[in-house]
Amino acid sequence: MAKKFTVIDKKDTRSGFGAGLLELGKTNPNVVALCADLGGSLKMDAFQKEFPERFIQCGVAEANMMGIAAGLTIGGKIPYTGTFANFSTGRVYDQIRQSIAYSHKNVKICASHAGITLGEDGATHQILEDIGLMRMLPGMVVINPCDFNQTKAATIAIAKHVGPVYLRFGRPVVPNFTSPEQTFEIGKSIMFNEGKDVTIFCTGHLVWKSLEACEALAEKGIEAEVINIHTIKPIDETAIIRSARKTGCIVTAEEHQVNGGLGDAVAHVLSKNFPVPIEFVGVKDSFGESGKPEELMKKYGLDSPDIISAVELVMARKRTELAAF
Amino acid sequence: MSGISDITELKRICSQVRRDIIRMTHGAQSGHPGGSLGCTEFFVALYFNLLQHNPRKFSIDGINEDIFILSNGHISPVWYSVLSRSGYFNTKEMSTFRKINSRLQGHPATHEGLPGIRVATGSLGQGLSVAMGAALSKKLNHDDKLVYCLCGDGEMEEGQIWEAVMFGGAKKVDNIIVTVDVNGQQIDGKIEDVMPYGELKPKFESFGWKVLEMNGNDIAEVLETLDKAKSLTGKKQAIAIMMKTEMGHGVDFMRNNFKWHGVAPNDEQAKTALSQLEETLGDY
Repeated sequence: MAKKFTVIDKKDTRSGFGAGLLELGKTNPNVVALCADLGGSLKMDAFQKEFPERFIQCGVAEANMMGIAAGLTIGGKIPYTGTFANFSTGRVYDQIRQSIAYSHKNVKICASHAGITLGEDGATHQILEDIGLMRMLPGMVVINPCDFNQTKAATIAIAKHVGPVYLRFGRPVVPNFTSPEQTFEIGKSIMFNEGKDVTIFCTGHLVWKSLEACEALAEKGIEAEVINIHTIKPIDETAIIRSARKTGCIVTAEEHQVNGGLGDAVAHVLSKNFPVPIEFVGVKDSFGESGKPEELMKKYGLDSPDIISAVELVMARKRTELAAF
Repeated sequence: MSGISDITELKRICSQVRRDIIRMTHGAQSGHPGGSLGCTEFFVALYFNLLQHNPRKFSIDGINEDIFILSNGHISPVWYSVLSRSGYFNTKEMSTFRKINSRLQGHPATHEGLPGIRVATGSLGQGLSVAMGAALSKKLNHDDKLVYCLCGDGEMEEGQIWEAVMFGGAKKVDNIIVTVDVNGQQIDGKIEDVMPYGELKPKFESFGWKVLEMNGNDIAEVLETLDKAKSLTGKKQAIAIMMKTEMGHGVDFMRNNFKWHGVAPNDEQAKTALSQLEETLGDY
């Protein structure tokens, strides 16, 4: 298989958020940014410098920040809150539930340092449950972009969606491979590689890992379809069902607990519409620990060899389970 | 709408609002009459005298209108009564309070589209932060109208309240007037027994707030203090009013008793209560 994707450069997805926010600031006067003492980590400095009157430093008080964001929508502002994913979700779940989701507030909850690749700070900060928490909330849009360019495009796109959005991105420098010119469409998956033997549905940092796996599988004669589900809610049911009908077996890959995340969402769609064997690449009901991001991805089974193993397993299941019918 | 400043007239409205509270909670056989009765004068002063608002043309954004947010959402009966009596919706709708398919949810919500409500409240401690945000939104919009917020004194036990108080003081949010209903009661008993946290006024002052005090069951004093608070806005200082009230005020057997925080009157109790409250504007 010819290499379909080449690395443009290597960047952190949080910087994609910062770049998108700055661009939005210039084009949309209603966009307001809030942080809870992590503006620097979220790469919000450029927005803060350019639009100080539209930047609200809330201090280390995330619950109040969420409430202020909800209040800012009264009068038509479009608030973007920025803090770590752990403090953007679990810490403030009831504030999001009542003041934002139930109240239909147009707040964009932007969450960095999501998942295990937060690294050395350890499990206290490595939230792996946030996609599950957020996708349970009625009306909440949940997006987990895969690289700098997609994160930037998503940051800009969500301003046009009226309603609450959870935008999840990360800390490490990773391959930036999607087009800088892309238009981000909420809820519309992206076909990165067409194949016939298996489908890999992937999100966030696991998209590049899936493409790496796809190339290695091609050398073994396996044609893997790779579909990027950047929007976990609302999920692209049509694309999921169509691909499952074509390949007959599925691997999901995400930097999140296997409980509650992308895998669950895909399994829900397929169990109702077209049940096929599925294997789940994700963290298996455990907390993380300190370490370098790449070391942690390996130890917790989130690397491309783990995706390859899952593909081989699910393809074997497809053969035996189909034979059993 | 033009504000009513005649004390006799405002007292007549209070009497009817109290009847509405008793009738709504009795009709639903649930709800929170105690705090609602205690805050009646405040709500009547706000909705019939002070607020610059458009009850018949409600918009969530409230541009160029004063905005009110009820942080202690459980006293929804008093709010629903003044909203409907001031023209936000038909008074007949009060009979649906807490019933299936109603816009008058147990705690205030925007979800069913009830005019007058701008955010859901009930889980305590959140409304004050939302009010702060609404005040910042007005500043960004160069809208010189004000944001009013009511909190309970039991609610002061929530940590988020102090995050918002810290914020309001530090950022000098001077287009907000926050009133705290100081009735000294919460569900499980008196505040001095449950969580004796001491005086509120110096706590707010230490965060840089200007703090006024008033007797919340004296309509003339409520009007006077709210006017004074309004005159103090725009001076680089957040404003709070510690409003002393009597839980259950206006109904003798409910007065100053935490047991009426969240219990509805039965048939006989409702009858007794209504006999103490004159029907002035016509029951719904």
